[in-house]
Amino acid sequence: MRRVLPLCVLLLAIAFPLAMQAIDQAYYVTMASRILIYGLAATSLNLILGYGGMISFGHAAFVGAGAYAASVMIVEGMTSAWIGWPLAMAVSALLALAIGAISLRTRGVYFIMITLAFAQMIYYLTVSMKAYGGDEGLTLTQRATLGFGLDPHLDLRDDITFYYVVLAILTAALFFVSRLVNARFGRVLQAIRENEPRMEAIGYPTLRYKLIAFVLAGALGGLAGALLAGQNNYVNPGMLHWTESGKLMIMVILGGVGHLYGGVFGAIGLLGLEELLANHKIAWLAALYPNYQQHSLLGVGLAMLAVVLYAPQGIAGIFRRKNHG
Amino acid sequence: MSLILILEQSLNGLQFGLMLFLLAAGLTLVFGIMDMINLAHGSLYMMGAFLAATLVQATGSFALGVLLSIPATAAVGMLLEVSVLRTLYARDHLSQVLATFALILIINELVRMIWGSDMPLSAPAALAGPVQLLPGMPYSSYRLLIIGVGLAVAVLLYFVVAKTRIGMLVRAGASNREMAMAMGVDIRRLFTLVFGFGAALCAIAGAMLGPILAVQVGMGENILILAFVVIVIGGIGSIRGALVGSILVGMVDTMGRAFIPAILREFISPAFAGAIGPALASILIYLIMAGVLVWRPQGLFPARG
Repeated sequence: MRRVLPLCVLLLAIAFPLAMQAIDQAYYVTMASRILIYGLAATSLNLILGYGGMISFGHAAFVGAGAYAASVMIVEGMTSAWIGWPLAMAVSALLALAIGAISLRTRGVYFIMITLAFAQMIYYLTVSMKAYGGDEGLTLTQRATLGFGLDPHLDLRDDITFYYVVLAILTAALFFVSRLVNARFGRVLQAIRENEPRMEAIGYPTLRYKLIAFVLAGALGGLAGALLAGQNNYVNPGMLHWTESGKLMIMVILGGVGHLYGGVFGAIGLLGLEELLANHKIAWLAALYPNYQQHSLLGVGLAMLAVVLYAPQGIAGIFRRKNHG
Repeated sequence: MSLILILEQSLNGLQFGLMLFLLAAGLTLVFGIMDMINLAHGSLYMMGAFLAATLVQATGSFALGVLLSIPATAAVGMLLEVSVLRTLYARDHLSQVLATFALILIINELVRMIWGSDMPLSAPAALAGPVQLLPGMPYSSYRLLIIGVGLAVAVLLYFVVAKTRIGMLVRAGASNREMAMAMGVDIRRLFTLVFGFGAALCAIAGAMLGPILAVQVGMGENILILAFVVIVIGGIGSIRGALVGSILVGMVDTMGRAFIPAILREFISPAFAGAIGPALASILIYLIMAGVLVWRPQGLFPARG
């Protein structure tokens, strides 16, 4: 059952664009790509936040750095995704290495604050990059290309192809994370979360373990950023604002902290709720307050508050309880 | 000319630093006593500004409107504490960050529903013009008023915290909450009070800065992060640290913006200096904060001995 269910969901995800095409609702394919990309970003944060217990309040910096790296490559004429996306991962990983090496020496609330501080620095750096749009952001004329002599329409210009590429990457990333957290490395990481002094006492180089996890999360975040830039054909410093880091954290806790699918659940939940409130008229709400759709964030905020206060295990927690009951 | 420019910018830095102090003082007490990260503190600053703008409009008097906005914002703050924040004290930092982040979204939208995205608020006509501070150095009289108010509140705050019984309880709570409780201090009630007090300080900052910056939804979000930088530099829970940190951050930020591009131009190409200068100025305070966290994580003036 444990293996069958994810496979069924994957099959559904593969069939999704075809179904949407059949009922002429291609818009939802774009929407779904967005959710999957955010799912990847939140999964990367969950690796350090959930499994490593590191409350990083600056994850948007890694996503944003990856997005900028990939976009700059395209603007400079290097349009191949095979170069642009790994480069985005490398840039974010290096950034995570530098930020992590300093930040991981601090504890608790100080770690939250120092990651926030570094993310703010990167934010202001992107604002200052006048050559690449400054605070206006950077519009891309095209998406990255997969090439390799594949079918000509199989480049990433096509929204459905892009969806499948994103789905493949997310699946691979989830597989990677699931292997990682169940391997020795992941076990050590989770043990450090539970009791760091003890792990240190029995001889594990805890800082090194945490730093490696931090860098891996940065790299995956950078990949999500590169995909997000491709999805929107646009990047701007707003992607690195601290409220974006907050949104990623919300996704993780909404979905399930330290749960493999927590990030994906959270992205579906949060972005789905935003979409539902902003773009679909709900009759009884409209009767209550006619302009409610302009204030959809109010509903998102209330839902977030309710989850934090009453369901700290998130969506995955509901499933877990059912499995055990 | 250059000396006058430096003087003028230091006054601007002092003015900004003192307003930051009003925000940081409340934030550091909440953080220090209850070990609670309250991101919604910036929302109280925004509420204060909107309430002040409304009350100034209603009463027709700037002073009266601002004065009335102070108890009004304090009431909002205490209501928030009793209804939501109180349940978060026992939770971990992650829950606190997320719940108060949710509060930011909620309060932003509520303000937008009540007032719209922004409100006009201008300095009183009598203070619109500059005053001649030194021969050849005119300075905005409204900014001088802000400096005066900021200094007065800082002195008042020092008096309350250092000399009164309430202040003693607050200090006791900040340095060791468990011990203060064991000695019979009603921390819950004390904290609602502290929270209302912090909200009142937010209102002063929001109302005074309103005419200079802008009274709009989202105004609290960037200044909130600066206030966090201040209290981390100063030492969490320490009022004195908040004062020193605020002035430092206000000065460095203002002076950096004014002079770094010009200084850089001496060394590198003007175009590059123009691009990198403002970024470097914005980054400077975060560099200081990171430095403090690495070398002196408890801050410059730790509250806990």
